[in-house]
Amino acid sequence: MSLVRLPPEVRRGVRDVAPLLIGVAPFGLVAGAAAIDAGLTPLQAVGLSVVVFAGASQLAAIDLLGSNAELLVVVLTGVVINLRMLMYSASIAPHFRALRSAWKSICAYVLTDQAYALSIARYTDAEAELDPRERRRYYLAVGVSLWIVWQCCTVLGIVVGARVPDSWGLAFAVPLVFLSLLIPAITTKPKAIAALVGGGVAVAGDVFAVPLDLGLILGGLAGVLAGVVADTVLATSTREREPGGGH
Amino acid sequence: MAAEYGPLGVWGAIVALGVLTFGIRASFIHLFGRIDEVPDRAMHALQFVPPAVFAALVAPAFVAPTGSIAVVGNERLLAGLVAAAVTWYLDDVFATIVAGMATLWLLRFGL
Repeated sequence: MSLVRLPPEVRRGVRDVAPLLIGVAPFGLVAGAAAIDAGLTPLQAVGLSVVVFAGASQLAAIDLLGSNAELLVVVLTGVVINLRMLMYSASIAPHFRALRSAWKSICAYVLTDQAYALSIARYTDAEAELDPRERRRYYLAVGVSLWIVWQCCTVLGIVVGARVPDSWGLAFAVPLVFLSLLIPAITTKPKAIAALVGGGVAVAGDVFAVPLDLGLILGGLAGVLAGVVADTVLATSTREREPGGGH
Repeated sequence: MAAEYGPLGVWGAIVALGVLTFGIRASFIHLFGRIDEVPDRAMHALQFVPPAVFAALVAPAFVAPTGSIAVVGNERLLAGLVAAAVTWYLDDVFATIVAGMATLWLLRFGL
């Protein structure tokens, strides 16, 4: 491989992202297979992966399209899921400040959970001290690697998914992917409460047949609200338990 | 099925979601310097989006796959619990999918 002649930060980025690609691959396969399963054409399935390029929102959109939800609800649900990327955008923005506008747009397009997490860790590594160009190289090495693997796996999923009989219940892989995202996301007590309330409200929405498939959005919003409240209450009670605080 | 939306419906949703998602991603990257003040409380609340939304996506598919809460004879709930245990111990997407699907198929075809 000519990997050796690439700039050091590109090599470093590819090396750092490699183990994550193994985790992204099955997720991409499911995104392709589930899209076909839900009745999207192969071109629409590829279009979704290229245009949106955000796995969790793609799977939720596919799920809703498969059950004939209102298109506005499909879009809104995806947007709610992707709102977390506002946080990444705000956090990584200072590092991209010196880039030209076109580079900023490219960086924004490939912003994902994984690209954000790896890059921010690299940028805040005190020993690295990267200049703006090195930062861009590292970030794009990670982001573009993820992009390529995602698109290839979507196509593979489309080809495979079209050949699997319906009775195999391939659509069930979608909640399984979300499950594998959910469990590592519960890192604190308020986040656990956010998950419980979010899941509970969404189930209630399904059981009571909330119109327009809004159960997911309502669950998400209720969960976020519960998390904020729980966080505030827990922080207050901790402060009361340690009067003076000793800080 | 998605085919019932007509030719432009699905594409409209794909493009709209894509444009809005790009807007979310590009927001601060492009505006940094123009807005210095990131509203702290809003950012703080966003950390609860992943657990809340992922749980809202998972729970109905396991607990109420046909629109009403089912525990007895609910193969998806059992498959989900097995998959949850696998995620907990291995934290691996592929292993989670394999464990969940294998359990579902075992309950459906094997028993």
